Amino acid sequence: MGQLRLRWDHVRDLGVKEFWSLARDPFLLGLILFAFTVSVFAGTKVSPETLQHTPIAIVDEDRSQLSTRLRDAFLPPYFQAPRLVDAKEMDRRLDAGLDSFALRIPPHFQRDLLAGRQPSLQLQVDATRMGQAFSGSGYVQRIVQGEVRDFQVERPGAWRAPGAVVAAPTEAVELVIRARFNPELSRVWFGSIMQVINQVTLLSLLLTGAALLRERERGTLEHLLVMPVTPLEIMLAKVWSMGLVVLLAASASLLLVVQGLLQVPIAGSLPLFLAGTSLHLFATTSMGIFLATVARSMPRFGLTLLMVVLPLQMLSGSITPRESMPVWVQLAMLVAPNTHYVILGQGILYRSAGLAAVWPQFIWLALIGSGFFGLSLARFRRTLGALS
Amino acid sequence: MSQPVVRCSNLALRYGRRQALDGVGFELGAGELLGLIGPDGVGKSSLLGLIAGARRLQRGQLQVFGGDMARGEHRRAICQRIAYLPQGLGRHLHASLTVEENLRSFAALFGLARQERNRRCTALLASTGLAPFRHRRAGQLSGGMKQKLGLCCALVHDPDLLLLDEPTTGVDPLARQQFWQLIAGIRHAQPALAVLVATATMEEAADFDRLLALDGGRVLADASPAELLARTASASLEQAFIALLPLERRQRHRPVLIPPARQGAAEVVIAARGLSRRFGEFMAVDGVDLRIERGEIFGFVGSNGCGKTTTMKMLTGLLPASGGQAWLLGRPVRADDLDTRRRVGYVSQTFSLYGELSVRQNLMLHARLFGLPATGRQARVRDLLERFDLLAVADTRPTALPQGHRQRLALAVALIQQPEVLILDEPTSGVDPVAREAFWQELIQLSRQEKVTIFISTHFVNEAARCDRLSLMHAGRVLVSATPAELARQRGGGSLEQAFLAILRDASDATAGEPAATPSASIPMAVGWRGQASGFSLQRLASIAGRETLELRRDPLRAVLALAGSLLLMVVMGLGISFDVEQLSFAVLDHDGTSLSRDYADTLAGSRYFSATPPLRDHRDLDRRLESGRLSLALEFPPRFGRAILRSSPASIGVWIDGAMPQRAETARGYLQGMHGLWLRELGEREGARARPSGEPVKVETRFRYNPELRSLTAMVPTMIPLLLLLLPAMLTALSVVREKELGSVVNLYVTPLTRLEFLLGKQLPYAVLGLVNFLLLALVATTVLGVPLRGSLAAATLAAGLYVGAATGFGLLVSSFMPSQISAIFGTAVLTILPALSFSGVFDPVSSLTGLSAWISRVYPTTHFLTITQGTFLKGLGFDGLAGAFLPLLLAIPVLLGLSVLCLRPQEA
Repeated sequence: MGQLRLRWDHVRDLGVKEFWSLARDPFLLGLILFAFTVSVFAGTKVSPETLQHTPIAIVDEDRSQLSTRLRDAFLPPYFQAPRLVDAKEMDRRLDAGLDSFALRIPPHFQRDLLAGRQPSLQLQVDATRMGQAFSGSGYVQRIVQGEVRDFQVERPGAWRAPGAVVAAPTEAVELVIRARFNPELSRVWFGSIMQVINQVTLLSLLLTGAALLRERERGTLEHLLVMPVTPLEIMLAKVWSMGLVVLLAASASLLLVVQGLLQVPIAGSLPLFLAGTSLHLFATTSMGIFLATVARSMPRFGLTLLMVVLPLQMLSGSITPRESMPVWVQLAMLVAPNTHYVILGQGILYRSAGLAAVWPQFIWLALIGSGFFGLSLARFRRTLGALS
Repeated sequence: MSQPVVRCSNLALRYGRRQALDGVGFELGAGELLGLIGPDGVGKSSLLGLIAGARRLQRGQLQVFGGDMARGEHRRAICQRIAYLPQGLGRHLHASLTVEENLRSFAALFGLARQERNRRCTALLASTGLAPFRHRRAGQLSGGMKQKLGLCCALVHDPDLLLLDEPTTGVDPLARQQFWQLIAGIRHAQPALAVLVATATMEEAADFDRLLALDGGRVLADASPAELLARTASASLEQAFIALLPLERRQRHRPVLIPPARQGAAEVVIAARGLSRRFGEFMAVDGVDLRIERGEIFGFVGSNGCGKTTTMKMLTGLLPASGGQAWLLGRPVRADDLDTRRRVGYVSQTFSLYGELSVRQNLMLHARLFGLPATGRQARVRDLLERFDLLAVADTRPTALPQGHRQRLALAVALIQQPEVLILDEPTSGVDPVAREAFWQELIQLSRQEKVTIFISTHFVNEAARCDRLSLMHAGRVLVSATPAELARQRGGGSLEQAFLAILRDASDATAGEPAATPSASIPMAVGWRGQASGFSLQRLASIAGRETLELRRDPLRAVLALAGSLLLMVVMGLGISFDVEQLSFAVLDHDGTSLSRDYADTLAGSRYFSATPPLRDHRDLDRRLESGRLSLALEFPPRFGRAILRSSPASIGVWIDGAMPQRAETARGYLQGMHGLWLRELGEREGARARPSGEPVKVETRFRYNPELRSLTAMVPTMIPLLLLLLPAMLTALSVVREKELGSVVNLYVTPLTRLEFLLGKQLPYAVLGLVNFLLLALVATTVLGVPLRGSLAAATLAAGLYVGAATGFGLLVSSFMPSQISAIFGTAVLTILPALSFSGVFDPVSSLTGLSAWISRVYPTTHFLTITQGTFLKGLGFDGLAGAFLPLLLAIPVLLGLSVLCLRPQEA
């Protein structure tokens, strides 16, 4: 009777073999390096919805002291120095997507204000970029109102709305807002770590799935299956070896690129995060094997990978917050390991959360990983082994 | 015919540290048939590759048709006159295309006019006997038929020089005979045709005009077969060749002597009864019975594709049988029977060891996997390296070794655990005579001394003759099982070869399966035509594009995956990515406890932006809940907050926002400030002058342009379209080119008049068209199902999409032009497209807010400009005039990407 007992030395030897394969593929090594350095570095530039060097145009038809003052009120880093344009130019630039906001100051604006007529300003918002449109329009409004109020304070003769106490903001009921975990709300802090997380997912899926398919296409998988080696051992070898490669690359990236080069402070326990990463890698490498059993050929695998990676990255909460997604998307994304990994990563790395706070994510990852691993194991021989 | 067709001197070629050719010189005249013989790895294939123009000339002089092959123009000018059939059965053919499609696509590459093409294709298929199979896919042909098709493809342009690299390796005796009859017929019809053949089969070499014996990268002898025999005083070429070898190599060779098998109580080791396997409609193996006894060498002979490999795979448990049963070592064959596997060694037909590991590492890995004890491992590996003459290459990777060395390695690996049974599927294909003899010595030793049972399939008649018993298989059935001597006596008049031919011919006539008719010699020769060889040819471009389209249609899942997948992604991500931050969870730490603080909290909870969670007990509670990520913000009302407000003395509210996600924090801060103002105003209205409302001095009228209802979907869809139309077409194109590199059909680019530009454009075109269809489909679903308006010009959007998919596929070409493998192509495409498209193309931030390098990337990256156009046409109601500026960069991107790809793609093998 053949026993399907697990030989750990086989798992070790087959895994070591993967390292040799990787070490002799300079292109693949180069791409891994690229993913964890250049991509992470460049990825810090992406953080939707925040205002950063946002282009704004001003149509100044008043040309008064106040309108000049408004023009000077939009400052970096939130805004670029406003560009003065005429109405036609404003339309053209909005159409071309060059400006996100355009503020139109009508003629006699200052005069009307001083006469107490509560004049109106027109704010044009490019709503094709929703994130900026939302947060930016409120921001522009507050800047305008604050600037106008300051202007009124400095001109005591000015007329005021009945009952309005013109006061500097410190004198009103004050909101003392502090951002925890990222006091400056720096997008580099956020983006860099989220990039590492995304690269971990992409690489582990790709390396495992493609390594398996390559073995199939070259016939080496078949060769393994006539030896006293079980599919379970083959899969475990792939999982640990590719997982370890990505784990090492990700750790190096966190220490050297994120902490070193980008000077991002990591709040929580790195070992805990790496433990979570290992669980995540178990899930994604298993998923990579699963995709390989589904795709069965390299070109299809390439396409399938894109289909999977895009939603994983965009809907996991690493780009836009999960809470604002429709409920069905939130539910569906619970099956994606990324979702839990992002929650776990944000918790540990930003909020210095301990195991007490993130244990549900650990459980989720373990469950998802086992699920994909089990599915792949069931499909392995049927779809990969026995094909000519 | 004064000048020779090929003249070379001092040819040298090295791969890394290995010297493949070392000062080779010879001449080949018109009308001559010259054979290249020599052990594996002496550089026969390299020499042919050089002459064909597939390999780059490193050192020495090589003239073909009177011109220097180092010059690109000369290669292009004469490639019309050369036909090259590379090693490996049908490696340069396109497996998913039919016989006729393959032939036509080759004909088109050589610029034959349609009528001429039809005439020649029909005639070639008829004369090779392939006509009845013209609609069969090349991948499903037997080895012999593949070689015939390869020959047809080689002859379609009427060459003056035919280069054949081991054309009959892995071909059964009948097909081999037919192949050489074909060649003879062609030479008869075209006496000036020069033929250069590399071969490992000495029987066929005996019929050549002249032989060039190579060893160690040098020419050992250049003489006719008769001269060779005379010079070495040998009876056969095989002996002559061995006699020519250097003394040291010769000594290792001993003639094969087979001691008779001992008779005794026979134990059946391999058995099969009614073993069958069906693939869909096709019956690959049909009721095979076998009985192989311990210590026996059992031969399996038959044409390629007759079911030998399938039978062997069923015996190893790799393939489940669809009928009948098989036993191995007394146990029914089961896929999960690890103990039996340990006692069986298997060598598959194709080389299937790790190309990334060195020879020694391959052996060590298998030694470990078979559980050899650590102490004996090193010794065993060393022993095998020695036995199979692999010591010199122990630290080389098998991919860099010639076929023969690799086969030896495969055998060494199969023997590593000292198996009781060896199942060997054509282990000696492509192995030179000396190595083959050594291998048989080994087999005989194993069988006679160690009582190992050997089940071996082969195409070599002299090997079949050495088996104790053999089975001849044809079309899934075993035709005959007997000892070689019996067979030769009964059917071949004493010759085993004649017996095989007779039996196979009978069977073919009966089943009318394989082409049995002796091919006629009437190969039609064209009358003085020559297609254009230089310059850009639309015909060749169209041929490549047509072929790619066919391949795409044969694997429709790829196209369906791309189209359906992109639709799905657009819908899911369009709906999923929402910028409406709502229901931000908050909690209150209330030290005040007055109606005012409660009112404040209620106002927040009442809006759709915030949702209340249970109040906080203390600061520790606050920290804990913020850390867990369950709170987006926490508010703290100080003691006497309410009283301070009513007394108009300074009051403040402490707020902690979870800053882990900066954009969410910013939104939360914005909302809170808005709500704060609202609360103060309402408070002012309620409480009159006692409180301090903040009146707003000016009105700001906000107009949300292009998307007045602020619908996320409306904003996201025109953003998703450029992303999807970049990633998918780029991936498809990149893989289609790299796949040809990996499978070997890229050699057609090297040796036919096809230029790199034609090749790349031809590859690109079908995927660009698919991309455009994809765009129209996305636009249709976006406007009808998802309700995204199309306010501007559809024509402008479509034209831009056409240009954009041109650029996207061009990007795929660029990646594929320097990536060596499919994995790195997938990886490279993913890494090099996803990031710039998401970060630097204005998907989330307008490109005008980027600075430095990212600003520069954004300006040249095509996605930026197509995004401007999709947003402009879908949402902003623009047409050509409003978007003219975005078209130019798209238009420029195509030639730039294509030009770079042409530069990066190698015109020859290194």
